[in-house]
Amino acid sequence: MDVVLETRGLTRTFGRVVAAEDVNVQIRSGERVGLVGPNGAGKTTFLNLITGYIRPDRGRILYRGTDITGLPPRTITRMGIVRSFQIPQLYPGLTVLENMLLAIAARSGRGMDFWNPLRREHEVAEAMELLAAFNLADHAERPVGELPEGGRKLLDVAMALALRPAVLLMDEPTSGVSTRDKFEVMEVLMEVLRRSGVTTLFVEHDMEVVYRYAERVLVFHSGRVVADGDPQTLFADAAVRRAVLGWE
Amino acid sequence: MKLHRLGGLILIVLFVGLGLLLPGWSRFLLTLALARGLLVLGVVLLMQAGLVSFGHGLFFAAGAYAVGFAVRDLGVRDAFLVAILGAGAGLGIALCIGPLLARYRGIFFAMLTLAFSMILYGILVKAYRITGGTDGLRIAPPAFLGWSSPEEHLGSVLYLFTLAATAGMVFLVFQYLRSPLGYTMRAIRDNEVRVEYLGLSVSRALYLAILLVGAMGGLGGALNAMSVGHVDPNLVYWTTSGEFVFVALLGGTGSVFAPLVGSIVFEFLRTYAYKYIPYTWQMGLGLIMLAILGFAPGGLWTLYELIARRMSGWTWSWKRGA
Ligand SMILES: Nc1ncnc2c1ncn2[C@@H]1O[C@H](COP(=O)(O)OP(=O)(O)OP(=O)(O)O)[C@@H](O)[C@H]1O
Ligand SMILES: [Mg+2]
Repeated sequence: MDVVLETRGLTRTFGRVVAAEDVNVQIRSGERVGLVGPNGAGKTTFLNLITGYIRPDRGRILYRGTDITGLPPRTITRMGIVRSFQIPQLYPGLTVLENMLLAIAARSGRGMDFWNPLRREHEVAEAMELLAAFNLADHAERPVGELPEGGRKLLDVAMALALRPAVLLMDEPTSGVSTRDKFEVMEVLMEVLRRSGVTTLFVEHDMEVVYRYAERVLVFHSGRVVADGDPQTLFADAAVRRAVLGWE
Repeated sequence: MKLHRLGGLILIVLFVGLGLLLPGWSRFLLTLALARGLLVLGVVLLMQAGLVSFGHGLFFAAGAYAVGFAVRDLGVRDAFLVAILGAGAGLGIALCIGPLLARYRGIFFAMLTLAFSMILYGILVKAYRITGGTDGLRIAPPAFLGWSSPEEHLGSVLYLFTLAATAGMVFLVFQYLRSPLGYTMRAIRDNEVRVEYLGLSVSRALYLAILLVGAMGGLGGALNAMSVGHVDPNLVYWTTSGEFVFVALLGGTGSVFAPLVGSIVFEFLRTYAYKYIPYTWQMGLGLIMLAILGFAPGGLWTLYELIARRMSGWTWSWKRGA
């Protein structure tokens, strides 16, 4: 299969902290990749680098063979690389539905439309369908601020999904979501992504989730990718387990 | 939606009636309040994105002087043409300074707008030959599509003209507030990063809003100039811009109508305060502002909302009781 996303020698330091060090990764089209590693390993930094939120000190990022290093998040998003956030990034002054509708309007190329209403029947229907998939339909007309942490997390993911990405990067999509709802939501989400062939990278601390939904796992440690393989093989590796995942 | 249209129609009828019934001087005040209300509305629209414009006199003066020049130098007297020229002048200024303004936030945005307005003030004062310096320019009464109103009706005609233009702008803004761009502005105040991560350009959205606000401000300046019959550099002095911000806070940001209500209240308040407490009227306004901040930080509009909620509460309990 063809490589969609590739990083070459990606390096970034913050003062004395090395948040990314010579990261070389190739992601193939349609892959579902789990990013794991201890706190501060550089997982979020990796997503920040790919989406242009921060610039690498060294190295390049290629998307379908095009160099996208140094492009702003807006441009990268428009090219089809979309992300959700570890800490939900929402518009608390708007309702849940309005948050979704703005994402849909942006995708439809009418984010700067100043004449037609934001609420269009078919777009509302689409938003409601997505919200329903994340068990958020009942909260549609509520201000985002009233959502519990888990709900805000899912809304953040739903907004990313509304952009119809080619590559979706999710930063701990279900942290804060109750264990009971977690698998139900992941099941729906991953099924949608699989069916529409979206290349997916997701950061996850819950190894059970990774085991179930990732075809491939990248293990981060101190800014480096220290292991790369399918979850069965990786989790069987004693060195990875002990040193990186902290399992016995 | 239908209800909104009905409400708008009732409001217009009400205002037309008011204009015909009120004595000349209060109709004049109402005219000025509507014209200036467009500037206040602009300030409020930018506030929605978290930006405070402290140089809104810039658009006000641009529109007003465009009228002055058009009447004096081009011999244009038609009110419609003059209004369009005024809006065009505001738009022109916004087109030039908008790209720079859109890059700044918070206090820097406020200071930058202030700086631009003071530059225009300086130019208007210094370029005496062109602008008449501090004396300003006199503006002959306008004509309306070839028809000149008799002197004694000019006030009413200008009032109706201003009312129609304001109503048009209110409709436009109403539409804008429900549009994706209107929501994008509120989203920018909440979380700029996520706006960019939706693939939207924050600076482009702000630029568009500044253009809208600039054109609307220019129109307000032109309407004001036609009624007053005179323009001078005070239109762009910082106290004028400060007044727009003051009125924006007085009225509140709860609705398109809040800035207009604020503007009307302010115009009458100032006139009465000036009449009855000529030496301490500013202090009076200060105290009123304190009261607003203390009891209705959302502006006068919160009072209206409070009453409206009470009333709907009453009717509801009355219905349940029945
Ligand atoms: N903007 C920044 N400024 C300074 N240091 C940063 C910045 N971003 C990340 N770091 C540092 O880089 C290192 C990697 O952080 P990163 O957020 O990528 O870790 P992570 O793997 O996502 O961790 P977690 O699982 O806790 O989310 C950390 O030591 C962090 O403190
Ligand atoms: Mg992280």
